[in-house]
This record gives sequence, structure tokens and C-alpha cells, in this order.
Amino acid sequence: MSAANMRDLLLKGGRVVDPSQGLDAVGDVLLRNGKIEACGGALGTPDGAEVMDCSGLVVSPGMIDVHVHLREPGREDVETIKTGAHSAAAGGFTGVCAMPNTKPVTDNQATVGFVKRQGEAAGYARVYPYGAISLGQKGETLAELGEMVGAGAVAFSDDGRPVESAHLMRTALEYARTFNVPVAEHCEDMSLARGGSMNEGVMSARLGLKGIPAEAEEIYVIRDILLAKRTGGHIHMCHLSTRGSVELVRWGKERGIHVTAEVCSHHISLTEDEVEGYNTNAKMNPPLRTQSDIDALQEGLADGTIDLLVTDHAPHHYDEKEREFADAPNGIVGLETALGVNCTWLLKTGVLTMTQLVNAMSCLPAKVFHLPGGTLSAGSLGDVTVFDPVREWTVNAADFKSKGRNTPYGGRKLFGQARATVVGGHVVYRAPS
Amino acid sequence: MKGILGKDLLGLEQLTAEQINVVLDTATPLKEISLRQIKKVPTLRGMTIVNLFFEASTRTRISFEFAEKRLSADTVNVASTGSSVSKGETLVDTARNLEAMKIDMVVIRHPASGAAQFLAERIESNVINAGDGMHEHPTQGLLDLLTLRDRFGDLKGRRICIVGDVLHSRVARSNIWGLTKLGAEVAVCGPRSLLPNAIEEMGVKVFQRIEEAIEWAEALNILRLQLERMEAGYIPSQREYNRVFGVTRERLERAPRELLILHPGPMNRGVEIDSDVADGPHSVILDQVTNGVAIRMAVLYLLSGGRPEQAIVAKAGVV
Repeated sequence: MSAANMRDLLLKGGRVVDPSQGLDAVGDVLLRNGKIEACGGALGTPDGAEVMDCSGLVVSPGMIDVHVHLREPGREDVETIKTGAHSAAAGGFTGVCAMPNTKPVTDNQATVGFVKRQGEAAGYARVYPYGAISLGQKGETLAELGEMVGAGAVAFSDDGRPVESAHLMRTALEYARTFNVPVAEHCEDMSLARGGSMNEGVMSARLGLKGIPAEAEEIYVIRDILLAKRTGGHIHMCHLSTRGSVELVRWGKERGIHVTAEVCSHHISLTEDEVEGYNTNAKMNPPLRTQSDIDALQEGLADGTIDLLVTDHAPHHYDEKEREFADAPNGIVGLETALGVNCTWLLKTGVLTMTQLVNAMSCLPAKVFHLPGGTLSAGSLGDVTVFDPVREWTVNAADFKSKGRNTPYGGRKLFGQARATVVGGHVVYRAPS
Repeated sequence: MKGILGKDLLGLEQLTAEQINVVLDTATPLKEISLRQIKKVPTLRGMTIVNLFFEASTRTRISFEFAEKRLSADTVNVASTGSSVSKGETLVDTARNLEAMKIDMVVIRHPASGAAQFLAERIESNVINAGDGMHEHPTQGLLDLLTLRDRFGDLKGRRICIVGDVLHSRVARSNIWGLTKLGAEVAVCGPRSLLPNAIEEMGVKVFQRIEEAIEWAEALNILRLQLERMEAGYIPSQREYNRVFGVTRERLERAPRELLILHPGPMNRGVEIDSDVADGPHSVILDQVTNGVAIRMAVLYLLSGGRPEQAIVAKAGVV
């Protein structure tokens, strides 16, 4: 549908929360031709406009998840860009950044272009491709970052594995400066973590599972902060999970080093206790840690040390999770539970204010990754999330739009849910009432 | 069928002291069966038991098989090589296929921690864990408890030290749970690189040096040191291990008391244990093996729904 002939959309009477404009007040948002036409106050209904009653709901700039795995190309049996983008829309996300650990690896402009086109064709949430840092994510040769930026890559990462060579990471940080894109690290010292399948601690000792110590992550966090200091490049820390990592990022930010960081919804809500009984739906990398880590990560979000909330959405086939714990793959589906989890563990508890939550899920992802959106200011992208921050619902994996069913939240009550997702002025998702 | 132990025996962590004592009490009279000329009672006649071994085992597999046969169960052994397992069949499919053949119990040995529980949650048959990865080996733990109880009587307040590669040992974990539940004081001793980081949180003392452990303990349970640990860089060499942590006669002679010596086998003589200790007067290593059959008979009997107070009757073949 072309933007020019679109019907106006009036989001009426919601609590409009837009930290980019310092806005938190009841009012209307009008979308016209795919863009925000006006925002705030009672706007009146233009002729022929579709009106969505948003009373009792929050209307925020569209939420963006900068860390998802959509599995296409390569594992279309577990997720496609279309089902992943649909899942994102159902979770209230108007944009996602797709990690490049596909098969083949998204390490060249052709594959980046493919991911981008598939995202556009899907017509749900916007899909922004990540490119790999190294060819084949092998950690040896720098991939053609410039070509990939030209094809639409918004950031680079070898996520799923760390960049083991400090020299290669240094080079990537320096080289990416030309294109003004972040380089995102999966922090994990493999010589410490290899063979590990959960947090190292008393639970791993009890269950007889090899643990992954917190230091496996922290060693890479400090290494990369120091490399960012040396190079002036922008290092973005993927899925931080430990108290020590928060302290190290805080240390880096205090010194003006260009470091940004994200945390997954599961790492601010669940502890390693979820693994009890060898629950493979609680197996992810980095692993679920301890309450002390959760406390530090939540503090980090509240004081701005940690910039973004993400999901690390990682669908897997049922059969792959239905097996011995150590052999099961890492990761959980997250797009359709993230908003509920964040509202339950961060908003309801008072850890974050509404403004902070919207900032971490919408404004800052756009800002840190230089993406359009993240604001409701007039003339900007018509991407909006409408959500109920207190609505109680029970997670039922069978209802997911994602092909994945691997969630540790199944059967749990969450508070907070997306009610409608608007991308480019189109309502791409409307929650059943 | 559900007896006093529940459906499965997955580990000692889940058992109460009372349940553990019931197994030990049940095993004691069953020992006599193995001393008879005709070592067979009809207690489990008509029952089908599958011994599913995904990992090499001699002692444990034979011990289970004797226990099953002496109770007149029909048994089938499945090893991971030469079966559909080696053709890539998943654990859950293997289990479902076995169950479709209408079996009563599965004894499983598997290299992955949690495999026994995984199986138990997916089939209706009773599941007995014969060792899962680095997690638990409950029948070994029980036979160690029985051996100690035979010598010490009540284990309350007794000081037992587990020596060696606790990190990778399922025997160690089952011993820690079993002993602490029965009120014993438990310590571990070994190179720190072979002890779990958070081991103190499991309620045990840690000795850095074997000399201190020997001075403190009334019994040592000496774990096997696996060759792979050297290859993986946990310790420098077998030679040094023996020099620093080996249980030798010289070290035992300096102890303030005589120590009972246990070892789950198979032993590396001259590495974790010297031959004159293994074969010495205070070694109960072969008693452990003998008790192993009785313990497994007791577990099979109790899981099949047998009542502990009838175990003596059961051995005569009336039940």
C-alpha cells in the first residue's frame, strides 16, 4: 500500500509517553501518510480517519528490539523473517535488528539485502539487518563492512560467538567508525566457558552441569571497553548478565568511552533456579544468573549504565529442546513476552518509571543504533506502540506468532501487554480483546 | 506402581533420611540371598527390566543384572553401540520404543547429567538412575552408606571425607546428599581445580591437603582419577597427583586413628590409592561391591511396590 493514499489514523485519548519530547500526558496521536502528523492534546478527528480508542492505554514511539535471531536464511523450519517480524509486531515491536548468525552467515551485501527485502515483504515490524564482523563469523578476516552498510546493515556483530582476536576487534572498531555504526560483542571467553551450559555456582555443582563463570563475560567486557578507549570506536555490549559487567560498563562510561549496553528481559527477571529439573527452556547463553546479578542489572537500567532492553529472541525446534540439557541449544523466544516481563519486573516493581521503560525499549534503541523512529515528534516515522501496562494475562506458548515455543514463561501470569502495533501508519497488529 | 520411594530413583538429593534408611534396612536381609547355593527368589517374577547403558560400565551393569536375576526379573541389556542409539535415535524415542514393548523398569546409565530425570518424566515405567553425567549415582551412594553403616552403626556425627575429583563425580554428589541426610559430617579433599567452586554451599568442609583430611576423618571415600582430567588440564600429572593427594600407607600411619577405606572403583592403583591401602586391613572396597547387589535388589523391590516390612518374607519367595 502506498503511503500517499492511506487513511489517517487517530490514536485517541491514550497516555502519550514520548521521552524524546519529554512528553507524558493524556492526548491524541495522528498519523498521516505513514508519518506522525501531530502528537499531544485533543487533536480532533479528521474526515475519514480511522479512530482507535486508546483510553487507559499507553501510546509510545514504536518499540525496537536490537537483538533478535530470525533464523532466515538457513533455518526456516524454526523461524522465518516473516514469522519473526509477525512475532515482533505481536509483542509491540515496530522494529527489530536481525543477528547475522544465519546459514549462510550474513557477512556480505547480498545476504544483507536479502534480509532487508524479506523484512519489507513481510509487512510487519521493520527488519534491520546486522552484518557479521568477520567472514563466516570465523573470527579471522574482517567482512566487507562498508558494502554491507550500503546494503542496509545497521550494526555489526559475530553474536553467538565472541571475537576472540583482540586485534580483529580493534580493527573492526576502528574501521566501523567511517560508517558510524556500532560494533556489538558477544562477550564470552571460550577457554573458560566451553562445555558450560548454565551459570557456575551452587546450582551447577548440584546438578552436575559444567558452569559458565561470570568472569567469562566480564573479561571480554573490560577488554572491549579498553579497545574502544584506544580506538574511539563505538562498542555495544550484547546481552549483559552479570553484576561485574554492569560495574565495568559504568567504569567505561564514567571515563567517556563510547560504550553502550543491552540487557535481555530474562536476565532482569529469572535466576539460575529456573534450570532446576534440567529445564531446557531455561537454557540460554549467557545463562540465567543469580538474584544479585538481577539486582545489579536492574540498577544499571535505572541509572542509565545499561541503555537498552532486548530479547535475544532465539526460536528453536521443539525436538532440539526436547533432549538432554547439556546437548540442548541455547536461547528462548522472547518477542511476545518481553513487554509483559519488563512491565512486570521493572514497572510494577517501581524499578523503572514509565518514561525510563519507553526510553530503554524505544528511544534509546533508535538513538544508539541510528535508526529512524524512537519519537512521536511531528514528521517522524509513523511507528507507534499502544500497550496496556497493567493488563494481566497468562503466557500460552501455543498462541505465539513465532514458530518457536521455547519459553520459560509458559503458564506464568504477566502484567502488561501490547494492544496494537503501528508501522508506517498501518496497524500491523491488534490484540484480541 | 508406586512404593515408598515413589516412581523412580533419580538421586539421593530428593530422598528423606527415612527413605534412605528404609532402603538400607531392606537391603540388609536381602544380602543373604546371594550367599545361598541357589541364589534366586521369585519376588520380581514376570517383570521386565531394561538395562539401558549409554556409557561403558562393567561393575554397575553386572551388579544390577545380578540383582535383577536373583529376584527373577526378565532382563534385557541395551548398550549404546550396536543399537538404534548409535544410528542417531534420540533418548526420548529410544525410551518410547522400549515402553511400547511393555516393560516395567528401566535402569539407565548416561553421560548427560539429568538424563535419568528426562527419561523418568516421559515414560510410565520406573526409572533407576545408574549414573547420569556428573550428577548422581544413587545406588552407589546407597551402597557406600550401607558399607559405612555396617561398620559404624549409626552414621550421626561420623566424619567422612570424599577424596579426589569431586567436580566430575556423580558418586561424590550422591555421597554428599546421603551422608549429610543421615547426619554424618562430610568433607571433601582434592586439588581446588577438581572441586566445584561453590562446594562449601553444599554443606561440606573442604580440606586443601590430604594430610589434614586424614587427621580429621574416620573414613575416606577415594574417587577414581580419570585420565581425561589430565588431558583437559585440570591437574599436571598422575605422578604429581599421587605425590600430593594419593592415599598412601605412610600417610595413613600418621593418622590418630585407623581409617575405613572406600573406593567406588575401578581403582587406579598407585595414583589415587596405593595398593597396600586398597588391599590393607581397613579396606572395605570389596564389601562395597557385595553390598551393591543387595542395595540394588532392595531398590528394585521397593520401586516395584514391595513393602519394606515384607522384605524378609519376600526373600523367601512368598510375596
